[in-house]
Amino acid sequence: MANSQSGDRSFFFTTGFFAAALVVIVAAIAYTLAEHSVESISKFGLKFWETSTWDPVMGEFGAFPFIWGTLYSSILALVIATPVALGIAIFLSELCPDWLRTPLTFLTELLAAIPSIVYGLWGIFVLVPLVRDIQMAMPEWMAALPMFSGPPVGVSMLAASLVLAIMVIPFTSSVAREVLRAVPASQREGAYALGSTRWEATLAALYYARTGIMGAVMLGFGRAIGETMAVTMVIGNRAVASWSLFEPQYTMAAVIANEFAEAADDLHLSALLEVGLVLFIITFLINLASRLLIWQMTRQRRPRATPTPAPSAPGVPA
Amino acid sequence: MNRDPRRRALSFLMTGLCVFAVFAALVPVALIFFFVVKQGIGSLDWNFFTKMPMPPGETGGGMGNAIIGTIIICSLGALFAIPIGVLSGIYIVESGGTKLGAAARFAADTLNGVPSIVIGLFAYAVVVLPFKQFSALAGGFALGVMMIPLVARTTEELLRLVPTSLREGALALGATRARAVFTVVLPAALPGIITGIVLALARIAGETAPLLFTSFNNRFWSTELTEPMGALTVQVYSYAKAAHEDWHRQAWAGALVLVTLVLICSLLARLATRRLERMHVGR
Repeated sequence: MANSQSGDRSFFFTTGFFAAALVVIVAAIAYTLAEHSVESISKFGLKFWETSTWDPVMGEFGAFPFIWGTLYSSILALVIATPVALGIAIFLSELCPDWLRTPLTFLTELLAAIPSIVYGLWGIFVLVPLVRDIQMAMPEWMAALPMFSGPPVGVSMLAASLVLAIMVIPFTSSVAREVLRAVPASQREGAYALGSTRWEATLAALYYARTGIMGAVMLGFGRAIGETMAVTMVIGNRAVASWSLFEPQYTMAAVIANEFAEAADDLHLSALLEVGLVLFIITFLINLASRLLIWQMTRQRRPRATPTPAPSAPGVPA
Repeated sequence: MNRDPRRRALSFLMTGLCVFAVFAALVPVALIFFFVVKQGIGSLDWNFFTKMPMPPGETGGGMGNAIIGTIIICSLGALFAIPIGVLSGIYIVESGGTKLGAAARFAADTLNGVPSIVIGLFAYAVVVLPFKQFSALAGGFALGVMMIPLVARTTEELLRLVPTSLREGALALGATRARAVFTVVLPAALPGIITGIVLALARIAGETAPLLFTSFNNRFWSTELTEPMGALTVQVYSYAKAAHEDWHRQAWAGALVLVTLVLICSLLARLATRRLERMHVGR
């Protein structure tokens, strides 16, 4: 920056202008959403998030079922996806033979590249009928449990969280793999030297990487919360908050996708924009936490890992 | 090595579970590809690419207008995103840790995590509301906003991969920073940046949510940027929701086109990065 030639000044001015534009866009998203939510916020206040009546015709808006559905489906998805994603990360970073690593990584990451609408289509025509069959095949005493009650329609909380889980796996597993790779080899070698089995050495590495792994899980959470199309297509779109896995429910992203284009009056639009604003804030906070955790892990631990590459350099993935 | 059998059995079991996890993730990939190909391939014919949708109840027709729409909307997005993305990426690297550089980096990360539906809301408020009309421009703007952080981060990463000696060499020969960047550093990173842009394009081409209330949908041929415009993803969505056998068939065909596009782009990117890696190792 110390260079004073005039060409450089305009270079930094121009590129800096575009960098500033990037910052302005993010600020503008937050501001615009807030500005357009004012009507709904001032009319309903906190009641908006506590009540469950969503009736655009009567002008009554309570968004509790949406935030419930978003959190419930995302948490269920995490419960399903996290063990699988960690298993993949462990396999790819600790166990996998070298020749298999690249193709497997490519295939798992392909899951992240498939468009959401394709997941949705697959969900409607393949997964939803499957969920319906499972529900029909359940013994009566099980179907009577509150967890499994609900009409046998297939579109349900369970279908949504299964699709979400599949969609989230590649994000969590690729970050977890990066984080495991940042664990110094000395950790595993130390564990082996103490007589550990392979699994116990892996546990030592996992423990060492726990901050970053938390970050990877959070990243998946953020993705699940914001996912729109696939969930909209399989969750059933009924504004009811229920524990039941087979009950059709609704999410924040889904209600925006379904109603926004058709919303006629200002209050309805404003209510949907408030849902969007809160969705923005939640994902912002979760992603921020996730990045902080991953950054802590990779920043603090890497320098300690690099000064001693000499003895085990060949064969150890850099 | 005095390992008792129980610990060894546990180790064996957990290793097995990890292998199982890999299969658990690969099965959905396989299933999705299987169904998309099986259901879609029969309907992929010349008509699909050249005809426009038929009125409800009639069979036949295609998604030609939606395919053109996707191409137009994505091009608009790219026109908007590539300059901002590449130049802010350059600034983040070259400014060497100014506050604005850090802020831009943070903004890119934040934007990358914003749900696509929220970006749609933003585009609606900024472009659709003032013009009082759904338009291809609004859709392009939404996709552009989604694309910016992808381009900015790829540019940043690839510029950092260029050996410092190259930049220092240029500076030592008396080049200004701008000259060093545009004639030496950027060309060295360009193949990688282009790969990143292709991947980003493939990703925004598959987006549906930000288009629902920006470019909306259009069943007819249209190249008018200030009018609603069809897009492949939106068309697939509206067909999937409808209860009409022939539309479901076409929705699968649309999905097949999308998945093929993603697959080709990912494979190309994979090959390109492999060549790049070899080049860098070779040095």
